Amino acid sequence: MFDRITETWMVTALVTILLLPLIIGIALYLKAMPLFEIQNLPHLIGSSEWLPTDGKFGFWPFINSSMYVTVLSFIFSAPVCLLAGIYLTQFASKNLVRIMHPVMDILAGLPSVIYGMWGILIIVPFVGNVLAPFFNINSSGYTMLAGGIVLAVMCIPYMLNMLVEIFNTVPIGLKEASLSMGATFWQAVKHVVIRKSYPGIISAYGLGLAKAFGETLAVMMVVGNRVQITHNPFKAGYPLPALIANNYGEMLSIPMYDSALMFAALLLLVIILIINLVFRYFIYKTKTR
Amino acid sequence: MNRRKIIEENIFKFLSGFATYSLIAILAFIIIIIFVKGFNSLSIDMVIKTPKGGYYYGGEGGVLNAIIGSLDIAFGATFIAILIGMPAALYINVHLIRYKRIQNTIRYLLDALWGIPSIVYGAFGFTLMLFFGMNASLIAGIITIALLITPIVVRTFDEVLSTIPMGLYEATLALGSTKTETAFKIMFKQGFSGFITAVLLAFGRGIGDAASVLFTAGYTDLIPLYLDEPAATLPLAIFFQLGSPIPEVRERAFAAAVILTIIILIISLTARYFSKIYSKSNLK
Repeated sequence: MFDRITETWMVTALVTILLLPLIIGIALYLKAMPLFEIQNLPHLIGSSEWLPTDGKFGFWPFINSSMYVTVLSFIFSAPVCLLAGIYLTQFASKNLVRIMHPVMDILAGLPSVIYGMWGILIIVPFVGNVLAPFFNINSSGYTMLAGGIVLAVMCIPYMLNMLVEIFNTVPIGLKEASLSMGATFWQAVKHVVIRKSYPGIISAYGLGLAKAFGETLAVMMVVGNRVQITHNPFKAGYPLPALIANNYGEMLSIPMYDSALMFAALLLLVIILIINLVFRYFIYKTKTR
Repeated sequence: MNRRKIIEENIFKFLSGFATYSLIAILAFIIIIIFVKGFNSLSIDMVIKTPKGGYYYGGEGGVLNAIIGSLDIAFGATFIAILIGMPAALYINVHLIRYKRIQNTIRYLLDALWGIPSIVYGAFGFTLMLFFGMNASLIAGIITIALLITPIVVRTFDEVLSTIPMGLYEATLALGSTKTETAFKIMFKQGFSGFITAVLLAFGRGIGDAASVLFTAGYTDLIPLYLDEPAATLPLAIFFQLGSPIPEVRERAFAAAVILTIIILIISLTARYFSKIYSKSNLK
């Protein structure tokens, strides 16, 4: 009897968790439905007219900003992660590894509002007063570049953790073989470790991108939040998550606005879930091989 | 040729070492900035008083409402996450132990679930709230955060459980225990430090997350007494006060950030400590 109860409890719990993304997706879809009735999907995503009071919802400026900030952060964080991952698994002393574990834990655990505040205090003035004048640009500092830098710092522990795990799965014998052939450590790393874990590195990068894409508060605090399409990193952007977070107050007072914001959330969910499912699959393939 | 490869080796060794040490430097930089900025205005009033009249114009008071609200939400959510996450993790490692394929598929889905951003959970929590006709309240915040952190509890606890040797499981069955007894009396005990780590990680994530409570928990200057009252949270208190044009209020945001950072530091270091205990004392 007792067995039966606990077993039901266990199964229910597990099934609930596994169904959660589906439930979230359906709930958001139902909420976003009214929007699909007035505009079709390609138009919603491709149009850049954003006038909620006139019922015009074009999400392209937000998607564009999101991608721009994400790619910027990736440019900063990817090389650092790769190099640090290699150093930690191949060259570093035991002591350094022991210190790095809590460092990565804390970096990963710091709330995004703390990163956002650090961004406002340090990165925004740095971009506005140092970098922008250097390129002869007038900028307040609340820019996509600042968002990219803050995001990069936030994503580093996440990607680095995965990279370290992946590099550790490379059999040591392979490396020893190349070392015994007279390769230097770096050559062994370049030709054996990196090549062997190539799919894993790509996956870790992909998951890092997904994480950057969905990050809300820290980016919102430094990115300037202006609806515009620009390819200048010294201008303000308005990523999708910031759109949702910034407007939850007004969303019930303007018709269709709540549907539009829920559609934005659905878009985020779908994009990120797909990226996650694809790249996690790669990781599993490399781990089981 | 030989010299070139040695030069290349040294360059990359230097670069990668530099990248690694710069991470330590960045962490130190962030924490030092937060502490230096915040310590000036950090006072005992911040921790023991709620905002008084005129607080948002630089008047008296503290952020006790937000501290209590955050703790309430984090404790409540962690409790729910344990109720759902702990049995789920045990089920994967006891009942499904013979079905490696199913185990791996579940782990794969859970990992993907971990990647969903908190703003999406927030939006979902908001639709749930509207569906049930509730207002922004403590309970809505708790449920939203619980959904956010349950995958963390399951995956972290599961990671530790999966390292428990198969022999232990077989031995308990051979002695005549049921699967439930094996799960809760043996596996749970064996993986207890992993359980604590999982709970602490989830708690830390719950207390620091802002995007998901933005819609669901609301904000208030009072300490919430009942589940249906709105509740302030520490990250949102920092966020709102940072947006103020008045310097005193901004100073308080810095102080509140110090409080939040200290809480997070304590949690992550304790979690690390417990996972170390695990690797020392358990069966291998």
